[in-house]
Amino acid sequence: MVSQNQISKLKRVSEVLISIFSRPSGMIGFSIVILHIIIAIISPLIVPYDYKEFNSLIMLRPPSEEFIFGTDQLGRDVFTRTLMGGRVALLVTFFGTLIAVAWGGFVGIFCGLVGGRIDDIVMRVIDAFLAIPWILAMLLIVVILGTSTQVLIPALGFFYGKGIVRVARAATHDVIARDFIMAAKARGHSNFSIIWNELLPNVRDAIMVEGAMRWSWMLLAFSSLSFLGFGVSPPTPDWGLMISEGRGLMSFAYWSVIAPIVALSSLIIGINLSADAFAKALGIDRTQKAPV
Amino acid sequence: MSDKIQTIENLSIGFKSQNGREVFILKDISTQINKGETVGIVGESGSGKSTLALAMMGYTKQGLYTISGQCLFKSKNLLNMTDRDLEKIRGKEIAMIPQNAGQSLTPNLKIGYQIEETLKLHSTINTKDRQLKITELLHKVRLPSPNIMAQRYPHELSGGQQQRVAIAMALAGSPKLLLLDEPTTGLDVTTQAHVLELLNEIAKDTDTSMVYVSHDLGAIAQVSDRVIVMYAGEIVLDGNVREVLSSPLHPYAYGLLNSIPKLSLPGLPEAMPGTPPGLEQNIKGCSFFERCEFATDKCKNSKPELFIPKNKKMKVRCFWHSKLSEKKYKPNYDTHSANKTKKLDEVLKLDKVSITYSKQSILDQLLNRFSEKNITVKDIEIEINKGETIALVGESGSGKSTILKSIAGLLNTKNGAINFKKNITLSSDVRNRTNSQLRAIQLIFQNPDESLNPSHTVEEILSQPLKLYFQLSGDKLKENIIDLLKKVRLTENYLYRFPRQLSGGEKQRIAVARAFAAKPDIILCDEVTSALDVSVQAAVLKLLQDLKNDMGTTYIFVSHDLAVVRAISDKVAVLYQGRLCEFGPSSEVYKFPSHPYTEVLLGAVLEPDPDLKPVLTAEDRVEESPPEIGCSFQSRCPRVLGKKCFTETPPWQISKNGNAIRCHIKIENLFKQQTSEN
Repeated sequence: MVSQNQISKLKRVSEVLISIFSRPSGMIGFSIVILHIIIAIISPLIVPYDYKEFNSLIMLRPPSEEFIFGTDQLGRDVFTRTLMGGRVALLVTFFGTLIAVAWGGFVGIFCGLVGGRIDDIVMRVIDAFLAIPWILAMLLIVVILGTSTQVLIPALGFFYGKGIVRVARAATHDVIARDFIMAAKARGHSNFSIIWNELLPNVRDAIMVEGAMRWSWMLLAFSSLSFLGFGVSPPTPDWGLMISEGRGLMSFAYWSVIAPIVALSSLIIGINLSADAFAKALGIDRTQKAPV
Repeated sequence: MSDKIQTIENLSIGFKSQNGREVFILKDISTQINKGETVGIVGESGSGKSTLALAMMGYTKQGLYTISGQCLFKSKNLLNMTDRDLEKIRGKEIAMIPQNAGQSLTPNLKIGYQIEETLKLHSTINTKDRQLKITELLHKVRLPSPNIMAQRYPHELSGGQQQRVAIAMALAGSPKLLLLDEPTTGLDVTTQAHVLELLNEIAKDTDTSMVYVSHDLGAIAQVSDRVIVMYAGEIVLDGNVREVLSSPLHPYAYGLLNSIPKLSLPGLPEAMPGTPPGLEQNIKGCSFFERCEFATDKCKNSKPELFIPKNKKMKVRCFWHSKLSEKKYKPNYDTHSANKTKKLDEVLKLDKVSITYSKQSILDQLLNRFSEKNITVKDIEIEINKGETIALVGESGSGKSTILKSIAGLLNTKNGAINFKKNITLSSDVRNRTNSQLRAIQLIFQNPDESLNPSHTVEEILSQPLKLYFQLSGDKLKENIIDLLKKVRLTENYLYRFPRQLSGGEKQRIAVARAFAAKPDIILCDEVTSALDVSVQAAVLKLLQDLKNDMGTTYIFVSHDLAVVRAISDKVAVLYQGRLCEFGPSSEVYKFPSHPYTEVLLGAVLEPDPDLKPVLTAEDRVEESPPEIGCSFQSRCPRVLGKKCFTETPPWQISKNGNAIRCHIKIENLFKQQTSEN
């Protein structure tokens, strides 16, 4: 049964949702993202052709009624591959983001709460990692461990969690100076209880918004990896890979790259718009006053 | 009547609510400010007093707009002027002194430069004479050595000095009208009294009109000639300050005056019932209808006009003012009984407690040496008996909150011991205390906005201590929570609300309920009423007193407000710079303030009576750190004996009335000196 308490909380969630969808950025952004997710899920059922079928007779055909986005250098239908090209990227980055938010959020809150020497050490390690160019580190990991999703998800999750550590720690510092944390300490609650009951509900918003922003960056990173040939292996369709393959032929067969570029950028713009509206709805936008 | 500086006609200011309705912040305000007159505007938070003050300089806060009416300055309406035109008036003709001068001064520019900027904009003085003018202005606001002051940065000044600089800046353009928005609210009592005295002198010398906005009737009484009482965006009373404060004709003003604790009268003031109407509430009749004891159907259905009753010198918005003038303002206090006869058990004893914020050097740590430098709080010895209310008073920096935190175990003590119920020594670190020790001591904080987790409902907030200390769950937990709500005079309806859906007083009640949930022996109250409006403050004090009588709890009450302390406490400890100056039963301390510092402190308290002027004996100065040797009050003491005061720590003396003081002067001699001066 839903308790009264949960109803009060759900009301707050519904308020946030209404606020998101009443903003143009939220409405457009969320529609784009949801559309992408739906397409990613149902695309195997609706695509007109097989994504990996080569046909040397129909190489690099321009868009026509038969192939609305044309065909690529191996004679595969660009429309089919574009629809399916987001599947791996969305899967990897979605779970990657969850991992990033989870570990980054926890470490950040913990460091912010305990402070002192532990905080110093952890933050310096994070700083050291931040100094390593992510792409080099990713390439190293991928070369050693392979390009399977089991490797990519935790690797991306790890690299994108570092930034969240900083945000979560800063948000915690904001909250920790307030009297209700002191009240909880004076009552004698454990650190875990303070994190879970007092801190998390108040830094959650900031972490979620940061996570949403990270998602779009991670998507770009994943596509870059594919573009460099270290992400998804052919013949699996992927936007980054498609752009990479069509790049050389761009001057006369522009159609083979236009569709994946539009798809990728629309998803990233969609996520960014949603994150923006989300932040505003939660009141943690810099231009707005935070709700008390 | 003398010349009018500003006339406000039928002014209404408000905003459009989400459903498109007009919501009024100010309703049909008409008044005028005369030349050389100081007008006090008083009201509780949300009464529209600040909005009115801002409108007087042609400013409406973002989101608000003028619905009707005008604000005439030199027969021009400020509210429809362009920003360009307003620039010429603001600062030069109308100047504003903000509440927090520390924040309104630019931190990286020297004081002199900031005043010079104002002079450049608003006067025709040439560069050479400007320096002289700056010195003159700083001298006028009585800052010591103005030339040196001009070279200082804002952070190098104390709060009172910053406020003086803000006043100097406002005076730079020699304005006709000075608007002051709670200019002394953040200041210590002695500093506040000094700043008000300065304002009085400026008003007298320069013939400037002033509008003084404040929630503090004591401050209003000291500076104003006329007072306007506002309630729910309306003027309900407007008249001479003496008459308004001695026989208020509006029931709201009457209740407001009654709810202020006064130094001269012990016991709790009477609280006003109810809360002000919400902004969106559509009121047909009198806005005070719901809270008024005289209300009838007439009040409900028709709005009283602001008019001057016969033989009276004030405007009043009430049908039944005559009933009030018959009633005659007579404070009705229920005195609380200090149970003196019973032998009381000691619950807490601070035994030579010393606390420092500065870190010890590694050498000192290694040698386990206790460095005497920078000790914030030193050698505090207080015994607290069961069921007593002990108040710690002192100005900011006196270490009163520091002591409270160390009792709660949030701050490590450097020396000394905190003994609980005679035989238990409490660890100075909260993490080393047992569950029952934790339960025994609870805290209530100053600001309920800060002390209640904004993402928890009332139910969750109250369930925290119950779960932690009594492992309650399910129906039992809920029963207890509802019980607690009833104890603090709230209903079950509050269970699922978030703190932001509650008023300030309700929030503080929840905070009180949370502290009582633990069934504690001692409750530490850190300035619990200073964030609240006076009428709410009275209600919260009453609640605390009732709960104490029911449960026999002991309070340790920290406050800078000496009148509140007088109302609630049994014993008072006066602190200066982290050193105890005087300790004794509050009735005695207030009747015979023996220690020179207590005398200074009590002398500076403002009473809501224009004829009771504060007595300013000591210099208004802030010391950065306490002196290493001698008496802690040596540098500000008006009664310094001689060398002894600077070199020897004064001994404890106990007067025949039972209060202990720490002073080199013989207690009898102190009495003699005080009585001969009076």
